[in-house]
Amino acid sequence: MKKEKTMKLSLPTEELMGSGHLACQGCAATLAMRYVLKALGQKTALCIPACCWSVIDGPFPHSSLGVPIFHCAFETAASSASGLKAGLEMVGDMETTVVAWAGDGGTFDIGIQALSGAAERNDDIIYICYDNEAYMNTGIQRSSATPYGAWTTTTPVKHFKNRPKKDIDAIMAAHRIPYQATANTSYPEDLFKKAKKAKEIKGTRFLHIYTPCPTGWKSRPEDTVKLGRMAVQNCIFPLYEVENGEKYTLNIKPREKKPVNDYFRLQGRFRHLKEEHLKFIQAEVDHSWERLLKLAEPK
Amino acid sequence: MKKVIMGNHALSWGAQLGRAQVIAAYPITPQTQVVELLSEMCANKTLDAKFIKVESEHSAMAACIAASIAGARTFTATSSQGLTLMHELLHWASGGRNPVVMGNINRAMAPGWSIWTDQNDSLSQRDTGWIQFYCSSNQEVVDTVIQAFRVSEAVMIPSMVILDAFALSHTYEVVDIPDQEKVDAFLPPFNPPIRLTPTAPHAFGGLTSPEHYFELRYKLQKDMEKVPDLVEQTGREYEKMFGRYLGQVEDYRCEDAELIFVTSGTAGYTARVGVDQLRQEGVKAGNLRIKMFRPFPFAKVREILTKAGKVAVVDRNISYGHHGVFYQEVKSALYGRDHNVPLFGYITGLGGRDITPEIYKEIAQLTLAKDKPEEDITWIGVKR
Repeated sequence: MKKEKTMKLSLPTEELMGSGHLACQGCAATLAMRYVLKALGQKTALCIPACCWSVIDGPFPHSSLGVPIFHCAFETAASSASGLKAGLEMVGDMETTVVAWAGDGGTFDIGIQALSGAAERNDDIIYICYDNEAYMNTGIQRSSATPYGAWTTTTPVKHFKNRPKKDIDAIMAAHRIPYQATANTSYPEDLFKKAKKAKEIKGTRFLHIYTPCPTGWKSRPEDTVKLGRMAVQNCIFPLYEVENGEKYTLNIKPREKKPVNDYFRLQGRFRHLKEEHLKFIQAEVDHSWERLLKLAEPK
Repeated sequence: MKKVIMGNHALSWGAQLGRAQVIAAYPITPQTQVVELLSEMCANKTLDAKFIKVESEHSAMAACIAASIAGARTFTATSSQGLTLMHELLHWASGGRNPVVMGNINRAMAPGWSIWTDQNDSLSQRDTGWIQFYCSSNQEVVDTVIQAFRVSEAVMIPSMVILDAFALSHTYEVVDIPDQEKVDAFLPPFNPPIRLTPTAPHAFGGLTSPEHYFELRYKLQKDMEKVPDLVEQTGREYEKMFGRYLGQVEDYRCEDAELIFVTSGTAGYTARVGVDQLRQEGVKAGNLRIKMFRPFPFAKVREILTKAGKVAVVDRNISYGHHGVFYQEVKSALYGRDHNVPLFGYITGLGGRDITPEIYKEIAQLTLAKDKPEEDITWIGVKR
């Protein structure tokens, strides 16, 4: 008799995101939404400011999600979420998890004031930034989340981005919020676990999800998952959690820290970089990694 | 219950009596006492509301809008720079059909920094789709806030309740505070037909193609057009319960007037003193105070002004490169109608310079001396 092979699924099979969305091929922001909703469940409400997801969800009167959405003004993801949470509680709904779901532009740049305000008040919301490292929805313009060396339509190769990515996680840690974590769609179980954990905590929670964007990064759609794994293995985007702005936990420590070069070769946005630039980038990555290791050392 | 309160506290009392459920506000001179008293009301639990102490006016309006979408009654207050920082969100509130009620203290716009009154802050929000009420007494402020919730929620359009910096915001007057039970009878809880809830998930405010957008805006205008009748009707109902009528305009001694001033805000209250003094001197003057500026009370304005000998519109504001805003609006309301009433436009009192009964006497002299206006703006009291 033939023995049936079974595989244990690591994530719930229930889907709150339909297939009829409008994302580009290989978009990791869709994976992020899918995994997060699996963790948060149907009693979730989203505030989505201007970002790729305000298009991905689908035009009026359609929506590809099984949870309610307030499409809010660009700079108001956090303040809208604070208001929505207060409003829901005042009409007797104490259960719904309210999520601000914003891109890197809406978080690192135009939305940072409202985010800082909500975090300082410790409003009971989960703020999720899916970070594709530029204004992708408007056609690949640099944001303060764009890494050093990247081409975008506003940082042409002759004048590529010459400042490092803003350290939003350090900024959030400085607010001493109860929980924050970095996550990555190429590590879905880790992402799922963090979203679940965030759901159980009260106060302002912040998830920073790394989401490769083939359209903006000039990478192949089939490399999206690979790029996500590489960014963790070479320590460009380490996976860690911070509790109360103090307790750092490193989730994945690569056995062998990979050099950054291969990661850069897979992306057209870095094609113009010379050896000296890559060396500079490697040194910066090493420096940040060492700093993180120190923060995560057992005290 | 009668109390001596300041204009700003009249806004807070209106919000408490109206049982606002979510308040999000940011301090700005000369509005601060509104949020101070509301903070106390929330802390003392005389008002069962969540007060989100946001980091800007922009976030204040964003939070109010989102709370309103959840089905909560929302209130905020601001002034001048704060109101104009909210500008984007004002469109969001009206376009999203969220009946937020907001107090705005009329304060002149910088630069140079001014904390004193004029109307350029709120009048430059004219086309944002908000109902605008201009008040002239603290009693009117309390009554108008309560009525604004009722009107806004009936048509799902937000309202602004506006009072002059210092001339009203910091002026103490006797106010008859309505009984809570009676207010509850007049103003039932907010119960919107559609609200954001996971039990019936919908996307609010998503990408709207040319296929649908036009109709959404048509509906907003059609509902705005219902507001004048609604204000009449709720005003009469309020009068029956509380003895005070709140309408679109207040006409004072206009029946036989050879000269009618068109005014707003506290300047419209002073105008009544000017009218009485002029009448004593034998000039048949009257005053039409415009309380509701948006939607514009076309019918009332036409009915009253077409019977006048002359009309002098007194603006404490200016649309640079055009004229005073009320003057423009009155002109457009009377255009093409069967009448021969000359309209004179006066600008005075910008940046908080006092508008006194003497100013009305000066305006009356200038207006009565001419058959027709020779200019669209006559400046009163400007140093040249």
